[in-house]
Formats: sequence, C-alpha cells, structure tokens
Amino acid sequence: MSDRTLTIILFLVVVAVTIGITIWASRENKSAADYYAGGRQFSGLQNGLAVSGDYMSAASFLGISGLISTVGYDGFLYSIGFLVAWLVALLLVAELLRNSGRYTMADQLAYRMQQRPVRTAASVSTVAVSIFYLLAQMVGAGTLVVLLLEVEEGLVKNLIIAGVGALMIFYVTVGGMKGTTWVQIVKAVLLMSGTLLITVLALAEFNFNISDMLGAAADQSGSGQAFLEPGLAYGATTTAKIDFISLALALVLGTAGLPHILIRFYTVPTARVARTSVQWAITLIGLFYLMTLVLGFGAAALVGTEEIASVDPAGNLASPLLAEAVGGGEGSTGGAVLLALIAAVAFATILAVVAGLTLTSASSVAHDLYASVLRKGQATEKDEVKVAKIAAAVIGAIAIGLSILAQDQNIAFLVALAFAVAASANLPSLLYNLFWKRFNTRGAVWAIYGGLVCCVGLVIFSPVVSGPTTGTALFPESDWSYFPLSNPGIISIPFGFLMGYLGAVTSREPASEERYPELEVRSLTGAGSESAHH
Amino acid sequence: MPEEVSRQQHEAYQRIHGSEQFALLRHRFRTFAFSWTVAFMIWYLLYVFMSSFAVDFMSIKIAGNINIALVFGLLQFASTFLIAALYSRYANSRLDPIGAELLAEYDLEDGR
Repeated sequence: MSDRTLTIILFLVVVAVTIGITIWASRENKSAADYYAGGRQFSGLQNGLAVSGDYMSAASFLGISGLISTVGYDGFLYSIGFLVAWLVALLLVAELLRNSGRYTMADQLAYRMQQRPVRTAASVSTVAVSIFYLLAQMVGAGTLVVLLLEVEEGLVKNLIIAGVGALMIFYVTVGGMKGTTWVQIVKAVLLMSGTLLITVLALAEFNFNISDMLGAAADQSGSGQAFLEPGLAYGATTTAKIDFISLALALVLGTAGLPHILIRFYTVPTARVARTSVQWAITLIGLFYLMTLVLGFGAAALVGTEEIASVDPAGNLASPLLAEAVGGGEGSTGGAVLLALIAAVAFATILAVVAGLTLTSASSVAHDLYASVLRKGQATEKDEVKVAKIAAAVIGAIAIGLSILAQDQNIAFLVALAFAVAASANLPSLLYNLFWKRFNTRGAVWAIYGGLVCCVGLVIFSPVVSGPTTGTALFPESDWSYFPLSNPGIISIPFGFLMGYLGAVTSREPASEERYPELEVRSLTGAGSESAHH
Repeated sequence: MPEEVSRQQHEAYQRIHGSEQFALLRHRFRTFAFSWTVAFMIWYLLYVFMSSFAVDFMSIKIAGNINIALVFGLLQFASTFLIAALYSRYANSRLDPIGAELLAEYDLEDGR
C-alpha cells in the first residue's frame, strides 16, 4: 500500500468519525440553548478540551513548529504569547462572561446598553474576526492537503477547499454547538496524543538530552548558534523589533477577545466550571506548546531546515516530515504510518477549527442581527435557530468562494490580524463593560468600530498588503505601505481603549449606569444567569 | 433598550449590591485579578523586550546548548501554570463561598 493510500484512508476515517459524532450529537438538539450553547451541560474537562481544540489550530500545530524549524528560537515567542494570553481570559473574562451573557459576545454588552447599536457593532466585529481566521485556515487547508496527498494544484485543490467547507457547514448546521464541541474534543485528544507520540520519539533519538537536540538543530539549521537565540526572524532592524512587540501585544491581549473562544464559556453550567475549563485549557495548551518546541527543534535537527523549506518555504510541513523521520525515514513502513497519522491529525484540526469559527459567526448573525436588530426581539427560538443554520451555510459558502480566490496568496497574516482585531475592538469593550460603571453604548460602539477600522486600515497600508518589503505582499508591484509595521496592535489596541473611553465620557446614559450594579452582582455571583438546560 | 428584568429581580440585585458581603467579594476578586494581571503583563513584556533588545544577555549559555532565552521562555510557562493554580485555590477558598451564599439569597428572593 502506498503512503498516499494510507493517508487518504485515515483522512476518510476522520471524516466518517466526525460525521458520525455530529449526527449522534444532533439527536438531542431542541432549544436555542442546545443549538448555540450545547445545552450548557459540558464538564470542565470536556470544555477545556474543546477550548484547546478551538485554539490549537493548524496554524499553531503546523505553523509554530514550522516557524521554529526554520527561524529557530523566534518561533517559540509565538507560543509564549499564545499561552500567557490565557491568564487574561482566566482572571478577567471567562467567569464574568459566563454569568452575564447567553449565546454571543454581544450579550454582555446588551445587558445594560441599547440593544441595536451594540449588537450590530459586536456582530460586525465577530464576523470580521471569524472570517479573517477562517480564510487563513481554509487556504492553509488547501495548501496542506495538496502537499500531504501530493496531488496536483488547481482543480483538485479547489475541490478540497470546497469539500472542507461543505463538511464544516454540515457539522455546524446539523450538530450545532453540541456536535461542534464533540468534534473539538475528539480532535484535541487526537492532536495531543499524536503530538506526544512524535515528541517522545524525537527526544528518544537524542536519548532525551535536550541540549544535544538543540546542538544538532543549530548544526542542521545553517544558522549555527544564532538559531537558538532570539532575533533571527524579528531582530534585523529596529522596525522589525517594534513590529515584534506589536505582535506580542496582540497575541497576549487577543485571545480573551476571540469570539469563538468566548462563546465556549457558555457551554458549561456555571462560572466555576468555566474556570475549571480554562484551567484545563491552560494545562493542555501549555503542554502542547512545550511539545511543539521539541517538534520544531527536532525537525530542524533530524530533517534539516533546508529540506523542510524546500518542501514548503513557510515550514508548515516540519511536523509531518519529522514524523516520517522518527518513524524510520522516507520509504520505511514506520515512516509512512506516522506521516499519514500526523497528516490525519492536521486534517482533523483544520475541520474542527473551521467549524468552530463558522458556528460563532452564524450564531452572532442569527442571535444579534436577526433576532435583536431586525426582529427587535420578536423572533421565536425556532426562527432564530433556522436563521442560524441558513447563516452558517451562507457564511460557509462565502468562505469557500473567498478561499478559492485567495488560495495562491500568502494570507497567513490574517491570523495575526484576527488577534489584533480581537485585542483592539473586542477586549476594550468587554473589559470596560465589566469593570467600569460609566461605560455606555457610545463607548462600546466607538471602541469596537474604532479598533476594527484602525486595525484593518493599518494593515491595508502595511507591507503585508503592498510593496516589495516582505516579498509576499498581496500587491508586490505597487507600493502604498505607508505604515511600516506588519502588526497593527501597538497602535490599534491603545486606540480601541482610547475610543471606548472617549465615547463613554462624551455621552451620558443613565440607564447603563443604573444597570451596572445588576451586571456586577450577576457577573460575580451568577445570580439570575442562564442556567444549564436539561 | 436593555434587557428587562422583573421588579423583584431588580430589588434583589440592588439589595445584594449594597450588602457588605458583596463588597467583600468584589474587593477580593478585584484585588487578586487586577494585581496578578499587572504582574504577569510586566513579566511577559520584560521577556518580550529582552528578546528584542537584550539579545546578547539572552544568548548567554547556562548549561550545554541551553541559554537564558530558553530558560526565560520556559519560566513564562511555569509562571502561567503557577498563577492559574494560585487563582484556582484563591477562588475556591476566598470567593466561591461568598458567591454561593449571595446566589442562594438571590434565588430565594427571586422565588425560583
């Protein structure tokens, strides 16, 4: 049996299992709380796994180990930001949000503000963040599957993107939050086990001596000791260093504003369980990133940076290639089996993450835009869920179309942009709302639109969109890159907070201030919050 | 308009908000959450700045090929695990009992 046949079989197993789970989970989907929040019945460990599943995208599984294998230490900087960020979610957001919201990020704003403007703003930003993230994942999926299955570019790649999109629409429309959560759980278990296996095998090659592995990685990297030191990717110029700091800010502050992560906290019965799920997520995600460190340096040491970059310049195949190497190398049965296994894990990862993102945007369109803004709260639950399903199909179709159009572009920057928007538009309004009595509708609306427009605007005028600087810009021929940084966070995050502040102090909204004590009691004690659905 | 609550709920919220117990809960929560947020952000930013602007220091080797940068990075992992565990312990012993008490009072007043 050829390598490819085995890989294809495992891919089909992943598809079959996830479809099975979705159908099984959909049997008990009745109410809106079932569809949006999985009935709020998940345990701390289950939701912790699902949160990790949502968070550990192909970008982190393949992307970070790939970065480490090609630029060394600087790739590790990403993992640290991605992990430390969870403390913001744990200490300031998860529990309070669980108590004060219902289905979407907008709920906790709408609790004390004017429904229509804040829900519209929060929905726009939810859909924007999710679509940016979704496009990056889907285009990445196309490239990855083409590489893993060694198929032709072009038509096959388009079909793969469309297939991934169709599956994602299926999970979301049929399974709702419950189905999507179980897909995440299964994927997280697969991902953790697969990563652990390769990590142990890679370390065993060096008799579990990390220093030896690092030495070998430096030797095989072509960069020598600099490979183990900061600065290879972000240290060339002062602009590059500031760009890196800007990225580091967006990573650490973005996580707690990512809508697809936030709505996970609604799937548990109480704030206490929300806390336990973040604890689990921190443990799992932390262990995962420690393992990707080994995968990245291990791949550099055992496969070689040049070899990794020759297959894919971004290094995305470092982990699969390492799996092949520790299994016995190219042509060996062990190598083929491990390669196929890791490829299937990567595929499961992509499917699960895109499903989570689609569900999040569809929920916000149905619950915020349709039910509250358009129907002014008069829509029935049944109508709302129906609209959520239609929205999932429409958003999925749009994502497929855009991904096919953008498939030859380097749009990895969209992940960083999603984090930047989450940190600049969502986090300020969330934190102000939870902790500042004087905050109000205008503050929330200004913070969200201000942060969003600032982020997207700066990126449009950055070197990732135009000009010759990065070498991978969307429009390398013309140059309107007036903003020197690729990452807008260092400007846009303070700007989002400033706009929120200015909006709030330039308007008075007694209703919002009067409701604040209620929000405070509710968020801290859980009094009157949405209960588990049985 | 914001979401509506019943008069009974409104009064229960107001009464709890004015209670000493609630003031204590809020004080304890905010003290812990805000001070640890400031602490870990400074600690993280120190790491980020040193990775950018103190590369020579970060490149000093401690043992074999293991340098300060790697250890500093791993310490960020350790501190994240530690703060998460500390918060969990703190919340269990210092926050949850008060929260549960107030929640029970609310449910009683709300007649649920």
